[in-house]
Amino acid sequence: MTQAAPAAATREAYPYALIELVEQGVDVVAIDADLSVSTMGYQFGERYPDRWYTVGVAEQNMVGIAAGLAACGKTAFIASFAVFLPGRCYDQLRTSVAQPRGGLNVKCVASHGGITVGEDGMSAQAIEDLALATSLIPFDVVVPADFEAAKQAIVAVGKTTRPAYVRTGRPKVPGIYGSDYRFELGRATKLRDGSDVTLIACGVLVGIALEAANLLANEGISARVLDMATIKPIDREAVLAAARETGAIVTAEEHQTTGGLGTAVARVLAETVPVPMAFVGVDRYGTSGKWDELLTYFDLTPARVAAAAREAISRKR
Amino acid sequence: MPTRLAPVSIDELKAIAKRIRAHIVRMVYEAQSGHPGGSLSAVELGVALYWNHLRCDPANPEDPNRDRFILSKGHATPFYYAVLAERGFFSTELLTGFRKLGSPLQGHPSMKALPGIEMSGGSLGQGLSFAIGHALAGRMEGREFRCWVMLGDGELNEGQVWEAAMAVPHFGLGDRIIALVDRNGIQNDGFADRIMRTNPPAMFAGFGWKVIECDGHDMAAVDAALAEAEQPDERPRVVVAHTVKGKGVSFMENNPGFHGKAPTREQLEQALAQIAEGLA
Repeated sequence: MTQAAPAAATREAYPYALIELVEQGVDVVAIDADLSVSTMGYQFGERYPDRWYTVGVAEQNMVGIAAGLAACGKTAFIASFAVFLPGRCYDQLRTSVAQPRGGLNVKCVASHGGITVGEDGMSAQAIEDLALATSLIPFDVVVPADFEAAKQAIVAVGKTTRPAYVRTGRPKVPGIYGSDYRFELGRATKLRDGSDVTLIACGVLVGIALEAANLLANEGISARVLDMATIKPIDREAVLAAARETGAIVTAEEHQTTGGLGTAVARVLAETVPVPMAFVGVDRYGTSGKWDELLTYFDLTPARVAAAAREAISRKR
Repeated sequence: MPTRLAPVSIDELKAIAKRIRAHIVRMVYEAQSGHPGGSLSAVELGVALYWNHLRCDPANPEDPNRDRFILSKGHATPFYYAVLAERGFFSTELLTGFRKLGSPLQGHPSMKALPGIEMSGGSLGQGLSFAIGHALAGRMEGREFRCWVMLGDGELNEGQVWEAAMAVPHFGLGDRIIALVDRNGIQNDGFADRIMRTNPPAMFAGFGWKVIECDGHDMAAVDAALAEAEQPDERPRVVVAHTVKGKGVSFMENNPGFHGKAPTREQLEQALAQIAEGLA
């Protein structure tokens, strides 16, 4: 693998991905709802002003407009914060996007996902968005771990005709992937192999899981690490292989442990090879603080993930 | 380019409206569920629109240049399906399947389940936004089509309607979107003035729209109002049609009980007789 890119926020990938899609001939129209300076949608608007609209603080209207554009053949992208998209417009996503004709071609790119939004506090910290998005039947749901993955994920969903939800983050996080990385929708990336336990993570927790694997290695525990960027459709084969080959699984996500990555993995295990499993996530509302302070406050740390791994391993028969 | 039909006389439109009303009460009776009140109130608006104003071709329902009719008050499916069938988008024989297992005629519209159904509905307040998306796409592609959006007056309680109402003039879409308000004065729980008082003309005017009011059951007046709405203006146009819920059936008229209730066999016979006589 080539050297990983320097620290960047996953949200910063959004305009680059949209520009790439237009350059590849995809008929993109993007809409923002008065947060374009934060979603970075404005950068696409500067490049392609005829393909970009702002609707003011009106997420419900934004979804309906996107549905109309998609019904006319456009690839409609909408951007806001993950607390508002899907939270403020879930019914519009369901009725106007998910249900018509098996799902209209609308892509949600929701920035400021999870608790690492930081200082804005609990109302701004989305820990429910993946549960909402995965409940919309035709939607693909993706949580990329770094800038390169985010750019490729947005391009990938932009090339399908299905609706999709991509969650990006606010803070600059270290790069994990180099330019040789190839994101594939619905496929996990095995970042480290191991035989005692598998750590399955998405988003900012991928880097934390890799650090946890280092801690475990120091104790002689061999941990596999999977970046499960696509939560829906989940990579069943990768989960199944992890269960069979390592016998214990930990999921780690910047989301509550109900309705997100952990739930999706648990379902695969329940239907195939049940093995001991532990869930790392955020099951309470938050508070203000710097994003890295909040990771510690919520115990989304390498030590916690490692502890969860030991606990899951202890339950192996 | 889809075109209008040759102008249809007011008498002919009235005859069509009678057939639509008979379909509505039969469909709701057959299904023993559905929304007759807000379907009967919308009939003149729908008939004048589909026969004299909407540029559409039932033989080519996906023509990208077609005018769109978007039913935002999605519960008025008996009205909508009957109009589409009578206008030739699909067979009137399908109407008997309304709300039944295996029929494409769901209780609320499912987009593209049948030719001519432009949008899924059932959750109120979403049609005007959907129309904006169509209108923006049309403008980007240099197409001339227009979107006609029908809203209920109870539906105007939904905040999304006003998000969209402010966006239509902002985006300069006045000549591409026309709103129709079926002002029948009754919503699910009762008389609108008691449940949530609105003033549709003042509210739309406040959002920068030109308001055209008419008697929503005077076919000539409705036809003229739609024609006026088509005239260019710097403002978007809304036709507020003053209507009677359940119009044409004495025991349904202005009766909140028939917002979402089916008639009995006896009531059906009575309703069909009144419609044939032309109570409306």
